[in-house]
Amino acid sequence: MLYSVFMLALRSILRNLMRSFLTILGIVIGVSAVITMVTLGNGATQSIKAQISGLGTNLLMVRPGQRMGPGGGGGGGGVPQFKEGDAEAILSQIGGVAAVAPEGRSSLTVVANGRNWATSVIGSSNAWFDAGNWKLASGRLFAADEQLAGAAVCLIGETVRREIFDGTIGQTGLGEQLRVRKFSCTVIGILAAKGQSGMGDQDDTVVVPLRTLQRRVTGSVKVATLLVSMQDGSDGTRLKASLKQLLRERRNLAADDDDNFNIFDTQQLAETLSSTTQVLTTLLGAVAAVSLLVGGIGIMNIMLVSVTERTREIGLRLAIGALEREVLLQFLIEAVVLSALGGVVGIVIATAASWGLSSLMDVPYAFDPFINLLSLAFSAGIGVLFGYFPARRAARLDPIEALRHE
Amino acid sequence: MSDLLIQLRGVTKLYGSGQAELLALKGIDLDIRAGEFVAIMGPSGSGKSTAMNILGCLDTPSAGQYLFKGAHVEVLSRDQRARLRRRFLGFVFQGFNLLARTSAQENVELPLLYRGDSAGVRRAAAAKALQAVGLGGWEHHTPAELSGGQQQRVAIARAIVTAPAVVLADEPTGNLDTQRSHEIMGLLMALNQEQGITVLMVTHEPDMAAYARRMVHFVDGRIASDVPNLYPTNSAPDAALPAEIL
Ligand SMILES: Nc1ncnc2c1ncn2[C@@H]1O[C@H](COP(=O)(O)OP(=O)(O)OP(=O)(O)O)[C@@H](O)[C@H]1O
Ligand SMILES: [Mg+2]
Repeated sequence: MLYSVFMLALRSILRNLMRSFLTILGIVIGVSAVITMVTLGNGATQSIKAQISGLGTNLLMVRPGQRMGPGGGGGGGGVPQFKEGDAEAILSQIGGVAAVAPEGRSSLTVVANGRNWATSVIGSSNAWFDAGNWKLASGRLFAADEQLAGAAVCLIGETVRREIFDGTIGQTGLGEQLRVRKFSCTVIGILAAKGQSGMGDQDDTVVVPLRTLQRRVTGSVKVATLLVSMQDGSDGTRLKASLKQLLRERRNLAADDDDNFNIFDTQQLAETLSSTTQVLTTLLGAVAAVSLLVGGIGIMNIMLVSVTERTREIGLRLAIGALEREVLLQFLIEAVVLSALGGVVGIVIATAASWGLSSLMDVPYAFDPFINLLSLAFSAGIGVLFGYFPARRAARLDPIEALRHE
Repeated sequence: MSDLLIQLRGVTKLYGSGQAELLALKGIDLDIRAGEFVAIMGPSGSGKSTAMNILGCLDTPSAGQYLFKGAHVEVLSRDQRARLRRRFLGFVFQGFNLLARTSAQENVELPLLYRGDSAGVRRAAAAKALQAVGLGGWEHHTPAELSGGQQQRVAIARAIVTAPAVVLADEPTGNLDTQRSHEIMGLLMALNQEQGITVLMVTHEPDMAAYARRMVHFVDGRIASDVPNLYPTNSAPDAALPAEIL
């Protein structure tokens, strides 16, 4: 019985293709809007997360400077910088720390192979590669004696390799001499590419041992940044508190002095940013869901019109022996099939739209099966909800009256 | 008594209430045997359609009894009456009431759908019914592609496809010209004679009523006369003519 009633509903949908299409238009728009919004929002969240995790997960960045905030400025002008000893102290005295990398930075032009390239030269230790989730494409990291002695060796990022060494034999530049200001360093390793991120091109970099940078470039023993990577599963809040305490002691701050350093937590940053985009996604999704509801009312409206328009048909069906619930079911199924059809068409459009838009907006295409299924179920539910009233109206018609209807 | 198909006993029908109250049937007694061909006639507003609706189990009497095959109909629920209609009754309407944009075949199959017959059974039965009304080969035409007479034939095929005990036709020729009307009457008569289907028909036209073998006259909600037609028209004149002339 259900099958034949389903076939009846399908037939009457096909008999009125144009009207069926107009009926589902609202649902189509609603579903595709919801899914597109959510998919794009998820993509944006993913891309923010990827950008931040590109900096390194479980990473704390410590920089000298006044407390950030209104009027704080954040400049490191008058405050003391860090020393290499701070890094060792953190590693040895605070539990849960995986690695500490002191980092110095300088913007310089490097020359080799007859080409020059302006890049950022970083001085640090091998811990820097761990903290920043760097992988080696080829070559090796610093040897212990090279770090101690401040040897003239360097690792280069993918962008530097491409700009300087593309087209050479081997193309890697491994073993080549790279001129950095007044000294030359031997390229001992190439870093695997991380790609473009919101923080700029991370691959545009040359890494030398910290001592090398201090002695041959900056001429001071100061360290601009400390990168502290935490062990997996360590308590970030506690670790941050003891880090703060330790640094206050080492920097001789009195109890009522403000911190003269800032600790940035990439994990926290990631959570804050992605929860912001999550809220935006939810909001946009909710706005789109309202249009889905409007689509449902559209279905009810057209189903009501259709019941009126087909009064004689309903009268005939009742006269030749259709039961009340068969007519009810037919109209209900018609509404559900229509709105589910709208859902399917909406999903197809949303897939195309969010795929196109995400590549246009340069965020990953984040297909979310849950929101697709939910939209489909929701649109079918709308069919039941808004189809029920017209269907009941049809089923309760008096066959004699209905047949006489003009 | 066993072939007594329909018995009406003191059936009345009251429409409206208070000031607008109207007694459309004022106590009808009527017996119809299986295989009869009855024409119901009478002036407009005399209660013919009201009686037909009750006979067709589309409506219930306000008072009185209606026995169909000996069973009381006036106590049945809406759904029970629907089941009775789908099993025993076929309807032909003045306005044909075919589904638009739907082939003759599918229109005829409609009552079988509600009976839950399989597609194969439906197709065969519909084809047979269309054949019986002389529309073999027209299965795939939609109502818009058929003449009025052909549309009424499709409607008759739809009425007989379930092999009903009774076909009820309220002014089946009301929308047709004389020639088409005679063709339809010839068809109803053939169904009555060859398949033994009981036919109840309302008509205003004496020429059409002449096909029936019994004539019931309604006047003002009462049966004024109920007489057999001893010399019913045998066949549609136009259908018979060519054979005689040639
Ligand atoms: N649903 C209704 N509500 C109120 N009055 C009705 C209703 N149906 C019919 N009537 C009245 O009942 C009376 C009988 O109507 P009915 O339709 O049975 O007449 P009829 O003999 O079929 O007439 P006609 O030849 O014009 O079709 C009429 O006075 C009509 O106005
Ligand atoms: Mg009438």
